[in-house]
Amino acid sequence: MTIERFPVEETHILFFARAIGDYNPRYTDPSAPGGIVAPPTFAMAGSQFDPDNPLRPKPDEPWFGSGRKPSGAKRESGGVLHAEQSFEYHKPLRPGMMLTTRERDGDTWEKAGRRGGKLVFKERIVDYVEAGSGDVVVTARMVSVLTERPAEPAPTMDGSGR
Amino acid sequence: MSGELVVPEVGDSRTMVVADNITRTQIVMYAGASGDYNPLHSDEVYSTEVAGYPSVFAHGMVSMGATGRVLTDWFGVESLVRYGVRFVKQVWPGDTLTATATVSARRDDGGGELVDLTLETVNQDGATVVTGTATARVG
Repeated sequence: MTIERFPVEETHILFFARAIGDYNPRYTDPSAPGGIVAPPTFAMAGSQFDPDNPLRPKPDEPWFGSGRKPSGAKRESGGVLHAEQSFEYHKPLRPGMMLTTRERDGDTWEKAGRRGGKLVFKERIVDYVEAGSGDVVVTARMVSVLTERPAEPAPTMDGSGR
Repeated sequence: MSGELVVPEVGDSRTMVVADNITRTQIVMYAGASGDYNPLHSDEVYSTEVAGYPSVFAHGMVSMGATGRVLTDWFGVESLVRYGVRFVKQVWPGDTLTATATVSARRDDGGGELVDLTLETVNQDGATVVTGTATARVG
């Protein structure tokens, strides 16, 4: 699950900024004062460089998304949704940086879903470390929730607090 | 940008539309940029027939990414110290999101002045989709 090489690149920042609908020239224009910097949530895009990212189709492995019809392949962990996310910023991410990650599991806890069923919350903490300096540039904390049934139409992941 | 910033007072807030009529295309753009290709977000057949949702829906990180704009437009990108959210409600194609950031505290950490903020993003029906907190350095 660890990312060994996450090169922060101008083109990737451009695509990411467009995808979140933020056309701030700081994300695209090298002549803007301060130069190009990545948006505050850009560290998530490191999953492009995670060889084990379970949410990317891989050659010769069953993919749980559909072709002409549903594939029938099961997602290993069932219904997982993103419940919480936070970032602590130690240094801005800029094109040219090379990052690696150090990852660890945090707490796990359970809660009854509003519509019945059990919700299992899992915390994971990821340090993004700059190659060369060894500085931690961003620390991300993700809480995911495993649902026993679809969280719809009203979500069940309100109030995940312990 | 932060050089021109007037340090806000507790209670000051800013509100902006951060996503207007979210398209399926934007959700696909996020999948492509982020590497989160979970078919829940781009594969209508999977999302409806297999997973049991009414349609595809946006990644939580689309909401968080869009909400972040109210912070970076106000304080500048490099001024953010911390940004965290809870995903309260799913965001569907066609939703319009309005984010509000409100200063909850001003403090000094020894290295300079900080503001703490609370965040709330609502959809076009006024339902909360994201809540959060953030800290920005202002001096």
